[in-house]
Amino acid sequence: MVEPQPHRVTLPNGLRVVLAPNAEPGSTEPGGPPVVGISVHYDVGFRSEPQGRTGFAHLFEHLMFQGSESLEKLAHFRHVQGSGGIFNGSTHQDYTDYFQVLPSNALERGLFLEADRMRAPRLTEENLRNQVDVVKEEIRLNVLNRPYGGFPWILLPPVLYSSFANAHNGYGDFTDLERATVDDCAAFFDTFYAPGNAVLTITGDIDVEHATELVDKHFGDVPARSVPERPSFTEPLLESEQRDKQQDPHAPLPAVALGYRLPDPVAELDSYLANVVLGEVLSDGDASRLQQRLVYRDSLVVDVQAGAGLMGAPLDARDPDTFTVTAVHSPEVSTDRVVEAIDSELDRLATEGPTSEELSRVTARWSAGLYRDHDRLISRTLDLGSTELLHGRAELVGELPGRVGAITTEDVASAAKALRPETRAVLEIEPTGDSDGGAA
Amino acid sequence: MTSATHRSAERIGRTEQGPRPLPGLAEPRQGWQPETVDTVLDNGLRVIAARHGSVPMVELRLRIPFAGDDPKHPARAEVLAETLLTGTDRRDRIRMDTDLAAVGGTLQATVDPERLSITGDALASGTDTLLDVLNDALTGASYPEHEVSGERDRLVERIAVARSQPRVIAREELQSHRYGDHPFAREVPQSADVAQVTAADVRELHRSAVLPRGSTLVLVGDIDPQRTVETVSRVLSGWNSENSAREVPALPPVEGGNVRLVHREGAVQSQLRFSAQAVPRTDERYPALQIANLIFGGYFSSRLVENIREDKGYTYGAHSAFEFTPGNGTILVDADTASEVTAAALMEIRYEFGRLALNPPKEPEVESARQYAIGGLLTSTSSQSGLASMLIGLAAVGLGQEWLAGHPERLRSVTVDQIAEAARWYMPTAFTGVIVGDANQLSDQLRGLGGVTLP
Repeated sequence: MVEPQPHRVTLPNGLRVVLAPNAEPGSTEPGGPPVVGISVHYDVGFRSEPQGRTGFAHLFEHLMFQGSESLEKLAHFRHVQGSGGIFNGSTHQDYTDYFQVLPSNALERGLFLEADRMRAPRLTEENLRNQVDVVKEEIRLNVLNRPYGGFPWILLPPVLYSSFANAHNGYGDFTDLERATVDDCAAFFDTFYAPGNAVLTITGDIDVEHATELVDKHFGDVPARSVPERPSFTEPLLESEQRDKQQDPHAPLPAVALGYRLPDPVAELDSYLANVVLGEVLSDGDASRLQQRLVYRDSLVVDVQAGAGLMGAPLDARDPDTFTVTAVHSPEVSTDRVVEAIDSELDRLATEGPTSEELSRVTARWSAGLYRDHDRLISRTLDLGSTELLHGRAELVGELPGRVGAITTEDVASAAKALRPETRAVLEIEPTGDSDGGAA
Repeated sequence: MTSATHRSAERIGRTEQGPRPLPGLAEPRQGWQPETVDTVLDNGLRVIAARHGSVPMVELRLRIPFAGDDPKHPARAEVLAETLLTGTDRRDRIRMDTDLAAVGGTLQATVDPERLSITGDALASGTDTLLDVLNDALTGASYPEHEVSGERDRLVERIAVARSQPRVIAREELQSHRYGDHPFAREVPQSADVAQVTAADVRELHRSAVLPRGSTLVLVGDIDPQRTVETVSRVLSGWNSENSAREVPALPPVEGGNVRLVHREGAVQSQLRFSAQAVPRTDERYPALQIANLIFGGYFSSRLVENIREDKGYTYGAHSAFEFTPGNGTILVDADTASEVTAAALMEIRYEFGRLALNPPKEPEVESARQYAIGGLLTSTSSQSGLASMLIGLAAVGLGQEWLAGHPERLRSVTVDQIAEAARWYMPTAFTGVIVGDANQLSDQLRGLGGVTLP
């Protein structure tokens, strides 16, 4: 299956628009379920936060739901859900996204809601203080009160990276969050939330011409503002292996994360994709190398995962991006034994490469996984939007199965060879609580 | 902070034109119904196949009722689920994974007190392979000694990891609080029981309990439903038994009462969990109760979320949802809050229970929830995986595609009065529950509030 080519429009104010209808133009087939997906990706993530304001990009994401010139606090939620839709937003290293999935008769309403907050969000002291509390609860839920909270995405970067942009905690320190002011919000909005710094994506049961008219109607008069020049976040590779250890009062078992630098996902895409394939060869499915060796043969670990992307998915950031291997293991097994076993599997792959059966297994499953993901309108919408933003070409989404299929044994061997101990970070989690996790 | 000359927040929030009107909704395009076959095979297996979705994939869901009263049952069932796909006479574990991967496929098994679930997917062109591997496991799983012993040892450690998760602790405490030692409450097996499970135990359990009669197989995707049912009938023809898969025994009604505080040392946040009796999905009062539940805490624009998150900042998320089992339905309410505001959140949750029951919702709240319920059916079933999961969930309580197709109309015809009546299920005294948190920080505040049993 070849995905239909997405349509692309750029408004005079700089807003880039990607349209991907269910039905091919001229098709007489019904356009599938009467549902549309809408997303807006802004080109700013937690790597762009200034020092002393960790967690700000994510906090600001919360504030974008708190009302706008035309809509009171809470109105956004009520209008989306009261039209039968769902919504959310999320903050990544290099972008922040906002999305809705709605019955297709609510398309115009959904576009209005996104346009209104792009034009004039309501940034107030009361909402800021309220959302600081909500974000702190989110961090307690996902990090502070949970075993392995923030492992590895918050804990590994400070070992692998040295610049503030790459190394700091994207969820934020409570003291930084509490210091945030309404004026910080205004500056952040004016700097990063210009229409020229965003991509609007519309998918599903739409007619391209009609949808484009609605986009013009609602986004056309969002005033253009200057778009900041995006700094490079790249930094030199490590020259020797760096190690760190964190204590976790809630974790029942030790864990380890290895972090390696990846090729530039934009400039060296095919080398990057070889690492995506390597990750699957290492840990996807019972027949994969690390599952076989570490879980089933040597019984060293309870669980092991390897792959490209700090946040658990590949192609989600610009350079620098991280290849991670994580494992939860028995207290009787030392970290060094786990790391040695991983190294020896990487060495084997670097020397011999994967077998052709392994390669075809991985590429078939990976392409099928992409299809499956894209049957969910929300995933398709977000993927097209982030790919347009990061790579400038939403079409790449449809080309990926072909490009992944063209990765050779030698490509994967080279990728494995580049994961050298001297340029990696090793983070250990040491359990310090009760062995039963603390429940009396 | 970043731009040298930025506008003030107040200036940003205003345009020359001023506020704009919210656009209305267009005419809804009628949802089409996926072509579906729903039938029972000679071996007693119910098969539902539907043509749906825009990608060349197929989604598979198999539900085998899998209840057992023996206290050792959860441990044996867990080891069975972990090793069901690790070997047959025809395939070892690697062959199984490799054959599935060749058609872009996956299969996994999980178990809970109610059912053994097998979930999978593959390229639609690989449906035969997917079914062949499934059949191989159902009729020929051999439970090799080394696989059973390996998984048994890993399970003991995985159970420790699971029991360190606050949400798992809270669920386990709620289950035993509301159902005592009913088999339905035994969700996470005891490590000591797991350590004793043998390959022979698992083979015996498979023989007696992995049965087609009473089970349901759902296949949704880019498939021809009639031909798919024929394929299933042919491929699974060797899966036979006169016995029926075993449903969980009826649950006792949930009785309202004190909330029980459970101590978790060093917790910085508390899990609040509540439950009350409701009605089964098949009950004629269900559509009204569904809308009442949305208004209470079943979606983001609900009274509970607007109160304890958007007004007071006590929580990241609060939810109210149903749990359906054959012939029964209950309400589950949850929120996680910082230790300092746990008692205050409990008070607000109780207040919202009472407010819904005594100050029932009016037209705008009802219309918003109604549209959300109708639209939610559309969005959640617009993908193959969403529809497959919906159909297997409905099948568990004896329903099918025709119920799904008819539900928007049932939701449209619910009256405000019916919802006011349904709201009485939310009387504060109808609820019981647990709070998991650091008792050293919580006891004083909760004692003052009352209605809480302290450790």
